Amino acid sequence: MKIKLLYFSWLRERIGVAVEHVDTNAETINDLIAELISKEEGYGLAFNDISVVKAAADQVLVDLNFPLKEVKEVAFFPPMTGG
Amino acid sequence: MSVFIQKDNFDISLELSKLSFNDEIGAVVTFTGLVRSGSNKSVQALELDCYPEMAEKALLDIEKKAHKRWVLFNSLIIHRYGFLKLGEQIMMVATASKHRKDAFEAAEYMMDFLKMDAPFWKKEHTDIGSYWLDASKNDKVELIRWNDEKS
Repeated sequence: MKIKLLYFSWLRERIGVAVEHVDTNAETINDLIAELISKEEGYGLAFNDISVVKAAADQVLVDLNFPLKEVKEVAFFPPMTGG
Repeated sequence: MSVFIQKDNFDISLELSKLSFNDEIGAVVTFTGLVRSGSNKSVQALELDCYPEMAEKALLDIEKKAHKRWVLFNSLIIHRYGFLKLGEQIMMVATASKHRKDAFEAAEYMMDFLKMDAPFWKKEHTDIGSYWLDASKNDKVELIRWNDEKS
Protein backbone atom coordinates (compact mmCIF):
# COMPACT_ATOMS: atom_id res chain seq x y z
CA MET A 1 0.00 0.00 0.00
CA LYS A 2 1.09 3.58 -0.60
CA ILE A 3 1.47 5.85 2.42
CA LYS A 4 2.43 9.50 2.68
CA LEU A 5 5.05 10.11 5.39
CA LEU A 6 5.67 13.44 7.11
CA TYR A 7 8.54 14.34 9.45
CA PHE A 8 8.79 17.29 11.80
CA SER A 9 11.34 19.08 13.99
CA TRP A 10 14.67 17.25 14.45
CA LEU A 11 13.30 14.09 12.85
CA ARG A 12 12.90 16.03 9.62
CA GLU A 13 16.43 17.44 9.96
CA ARG A 14 18.01 14.03 10.61
CA ILE A 15 16.15 12.28 7.80
CA GLY A 16 16.66 15.19 5.43
CA VAL A 17 13.16 15.33 3.93
CA ALA A 18 9.84 16.75 5.14
CA VAL A 19 7.52 14.59 3.03
CA GLU A 20 7.86 11.32 1.11
CA HIS A 21 5.66 8.60 -0.32
CA VAL A 22 6.45 4.95 0.37
CA ASP A 23 5.07 1.65 -0.84
CA THR A 24 5.03 -0.70 2.15
CA ASN A 25 3.59 -3.95 3.49
CA ALA A 26 4.30 -3.00 7.12
CA GLU A 27 1.44 -3.99 9.41
CA THR A 28 2.06 -1.44 12.16
CA ILE A 29 3.85 1.87 12.59
CA ASN A 30 6.62 0.03 14.47
CA ASP A 31 7.09 -2.29 11.45
CA LEU A 32 7.24 0.75 9.19
CA ILE A 33 9.94 2.33 11.38
CA ALA A 34 12.01 -0.89 11.19
CA GLU A 35 11.64 -0.85 7.41
CA LEU A 36 12.77 2.78 7.18
CA ILE A 37 15.79 2.22 9.46
CA SER A 38 17.04 -0.59 7.19
CA LYS A 39 16.77 1.78 4.20
CA GLU A 40 19.18 4.60 5.06
CA GLU A 41 21.43 5.91 7.82
CA GLY A 42 19.42 9.09 8.47
CA TYR A 43 16.41 7.06 9.60
CA GLY A 44 18.60 5.20 12.10
CA LEU A 45 19.66 8.54 13.58
CA ALA A 46 16.09 9.87 13.66
CA PHE A 47 14.57 6.74 15.24
CA ASN A 48 17.55 5.99 17.51
CA ASP A 49 15.62 6.75 20.73
CA ILE A 50 12.08 5.61 20.05
CA SER A 51 10.92 6.80 23.50
CA VAL A 52 10.98 10.40 22.23
CA VAL A 53 9.22 9.67 18.94
CA LYS A 54 5.49 10.25 18.57
CA ALA A 55 3.31 9.35 15.61
CA ALA A 56 0.03 10.45 14.09
CA ALA A 57 -2.07 8.34 11.70
CA ASP A 58 -4.25 10.49 9.43
CA GLN A 59 -3.67 13.48 11.73
CA VAL A 60 -4.62 11.70 14.97
CA LEU A 61 -2.04 10.90 17.66
CA VAL A 62 -1.62 7.10 17.99
CA ASP A 63 0.65 4.52 19.67
CA LEU A 64 3.56 3.12 17.68
CA ASN A 65 1.87 -0.31 17.56
CA PHE A 66 -1.06 1.22 15.65
CA PRO A 67 -2.10 -0.88 12.58
CA LEU A 68 -1.50 0.75 9.20
CA LYS A 69 -4.47 -0.85 7.46
CA GLU A 70 -6.41 1.90 5.66
CA VAL A 71 -4.03 4.63 6.90
CA LYS A 72 -3.10 7.15 4.21
CA GLU A 73 -0.80 9.52 6.08
CA VAL A 74 1.67 8.91 8.91
CA ALA A 75 3.58 11.70 10.65
CA PHE A 76 6.60 11.31 12.94
CA PHE A 77 7.70 13.96 15.43
CA PRO A 78 9.12 14.55 18.94
CA PRO A 79 6.85 15.54 21.87
CA MET A 80 5.10 18.82 21.11
CA THR A 81 6.41 22.11 22.48
CA GLY A 82 3.88 24.66 21.19
CA GLY A 83 2.10 27.53 22.87
CA MET B 1 -15.42 28.75 18.26
CA SER B 2 -12.60 29.10 15.76
CA VAL B 3 -8.99 28.15 15.10
CA PHE B 4 -6.46 29.83 12.83
CA ILE B 5 -3.05 28.36 12.03
CA GLN B 6 -1.09 31.01 10.18
CA LYS B 7 2.32 32.50 9.39
CA ASP B 8 1.07 36.08 9.56
CA ASN B 9 0.97 38.23 12.65
CA PHE B 10 -2.37 39.17 14.22
CA ASP B 11 -3.94 42.23 15.81
CA ILE B 12 -5.60 41.28 19.11
CA SER B 13 -8.23 44.05 19.12
CA LEU B 14 -9.12 43.40 15.49
CA GLU B 15 -9.52 39.66 16.19
CA LEU B 16 -11.71 40.38 19.23
CA SER B 17 -13.90 42.72 17.21
CA LYS B 18 -14.51 39.87 14.72
CA LEU B 19 -15.82 37.51 17.43
CA SER B 20 -19.59 37.41 17.57
CA PHE B 21 -20.82 38.85 20.82
CA ASN B 22 -24.15 38.93 22.60
CA ASP B 23 -25.58 40.97 25.47
CA GLU B 24 -25.06 38.19 28.00
CA ILE B 25 -21.26 38.27 27.73
CA GLY B 26 -19.77 39.93 30.79
CA ALA B 27 -16.18 38.70 30.58
CA VAL B 28 -13.60 38.36 27.83
CA VAL B 29 -10.18 36.91 28.65
CA THR B 30 -7.28 36.99 26.20
CA PHE B 31 -3.85 35.44 26.52
CA THR B 32 -0.97 36.21 24.15
CA GLY B 33 2.29 34.25 24.00
CA LEU B 34 5.43 36.11 22.89
CA VAL B 35 8.92 35.06 21.83
CA ARG B 36 11.08 35.70 24.89
CA SER B 37 14.74 35.53 25.73
CA GLY B 38 15.95 32.55 27.77
CA SER B 39 17.13 32.93 31.37
CA ASN B 40 20.85 32.49 30.64
CA LYS B 41 21.10 32.78 26.88
CA SER B 42 20.15 35.35 24.33
CA VAL B 43 17.41 34.17 21.99
CA GLN B 44 17.32 36.07 18.72
CA ALA B 45 14.49 34.22 17.05
CA LEU B 46 12.17 31.26 17.35
CA GLU B 47 11.50 28.81 14.54
CA LEU B 48 8.10 27.15 14.88
CA ASP B 49 7.61 23.95 12.96
CA CYS B 50 3.98 22.92 12.54
CA TYR B 51 1.75 20.17 11.15
CA PRO B 52 -1.11 22.49 10.11
CA GLU B 53 -3.80 19.90 9.24
CA MET B 54 -3.36 18.10 12.55
CA ALA B 55 -2.93 21.36 14.51
CA GLU B 56 -6.31 22.60 13.34
CA LYS B 57 -8.00 19.36 14.43
CA ALA B 58 -6.15 19.26 17.77
CA LEU B 59 -6.92 22.88 18.65
CA LEU B 60 -10.61 22.56 17.71
CA ASP B 61 -10.77 19.48 19.93
CA ILE B 62 -9.26 21.43 22.85
CA GLU B 63 -11.79 24.23 22.29
CA LYS B 64 -14.70 21.76 22.21
CA LYS B 65 -13.56 20.24 25.51
CA ALA B 66 -13.38 23.69 27.10
CA HIS B 67 -16.89 24.52 25.84
CA LYS B 68 -18.21 21.32 27.46
CA ARG B 69 -16.60 22.14 30.77
CA TRP B 70 -17.34 25.86 31.11
CA VAL B 71 -20.15 28.14 29.97
CA LEU B 72 -18.56 29.94 27.02
CA PHE B 73 -20.31 32.00 24.39
CA ASN B 74 -17.34 32.12 22.10
CA SER B 75 -13.64 31.34 21.88
CA LEU B 76 -10.72 31.75 19.54
CA ILE B 77 -7.25 30.26 19.13
CA ILE B 78 -4.66 31.72 16.75
CA HIS B 79 -1.28 29.99 16.52
CA ARG B 80 1.51 31.18 14.25
CA TYR B 81 4.33 29.15 12.75
CA GLY B 82 7.48 29.92 10.80
CA PHE B 83 10.34 32.19 11.79
CA LEU B 84 9.50 34.62 14.62
CA LYS B 85 11.78 37.29 16.06
CA LEU B 86 12.27 38.15 19.73
CA GLY B 87 9.21 39.96 21.10
CA GLU B 88 6.88 38.82 18.31
CA GLN B 89 3.46 37.33 19.08
CA ILE B 90 3.34 33.52 18.81
CA MET B 91 -0.25 32.74 19.64
CA MET B 92 -3.41 33.98 21.31
CA VAL B 93 -6.38 32.48 23.09
CA ALA B 94 -9.62 34.35 23.75
CA THR B 95 -12.66 33.23 25.72
CA ALA B 96 -15.99 35.02 26.18
CA SER B 97 -18.34 34.11 29.01
CA LYS B 98 -21.00 35.47 31.31
CA HIS B 99 -18.61 35.60 34.28
CA ARG B 100 -14.86 36.01 34.60
CA LYS B 101 -14.25 32.70 36.41
CA ASP B 102 -15.35 30.61 33.41
CA ALA B 103 -13.48 32.85 30.97
CA PHE B 104 -10.22 32.74 32.96
CA GLU B 105 -10.34 29.01 33.72
CA ALA B 106 -11.25 28.02 30.16
CA ALA B 107 -8.46 30.17 28.72
CA GLU B 108 -5.93 28.60 31.09
CA TYR B 109 -7.21 25.09 30.34
CA MET B 110 -6.90 25.65 26.60
CA MET B 111 -3.35 27.00 27.04
CA ASP B 112 -2.26 24.02 29.16
CA PHE B 113 -3.57 21.45 26.66
CA LEU B 114 -2.34 23.42 23.67
CA LYS B 115 1.24 23.16 24.92
CA MET B 116 0.98 19.35 25.19
CA ASP B 117 -1.41 18.25 22.44
CA ALA B 118 -0.93 20.65 19.53
CA PRO B 119 1.69 19.67 16.91
CA PHE B 120 4.08 22.63 17.14
CA TRP B 121 7.82 22.44 17.78
CA LYS B 122 10.02 25.32 18.85
CA LYS B 123 13.63 25.81 17.81
CA GLU B 124 15.52 28.59 19.54
CA HIS B 125 18.10 30.52 17.57
CA THR B 126 20.58 32.03 20.04
CA ASP B 127 23.98 33.72 19.74
CA ILE B 128 25.64 30.41 20.70
CA GLY B 129 23.69 28.16 18.33
CA SER B 130 20.28 26.77 17.45
CA TYR B 131 18.48 23.91 19.16
CA TRP B 132 15.03 22.32 19.45
CA LEU B 133 13.31 22.76 22.81
CA ASP B 134 12.39 19.70 24.88
CA ALA B 135 8.82 19.17 26.00
CA SER B 136 8.56 20.74 29.42
CA LYS B 137 7.95 18.54 32.47
CA ASN B 138 6.11 21.49 34.01
CA ASP B 139 3.52 21.36 31.26
CA LYS B 140 2.67 17.77 32.19
CA VAL B 141 2.25 18.81 35.82
CA GLU B 142 -0.20 21.52 34.72
CA LEU B 143 -2.41 18.93 32.99
CA ILE B 144 -2.71 16.78 36.13
CA ARG B 145 -4.46 19.72 37.78
CA TRP B 146 -7.38 19.54 35.30
CA ASN B 147 -7.78 15.77 35.79
CA ASP B 148 -8.08 16.19 39.54
CA GLU B 149 -10.96 18.61 39.29
CA LYS B 150 -14.38 17.26 38.50
CA SER B 151 -15.50 17.75 34.91
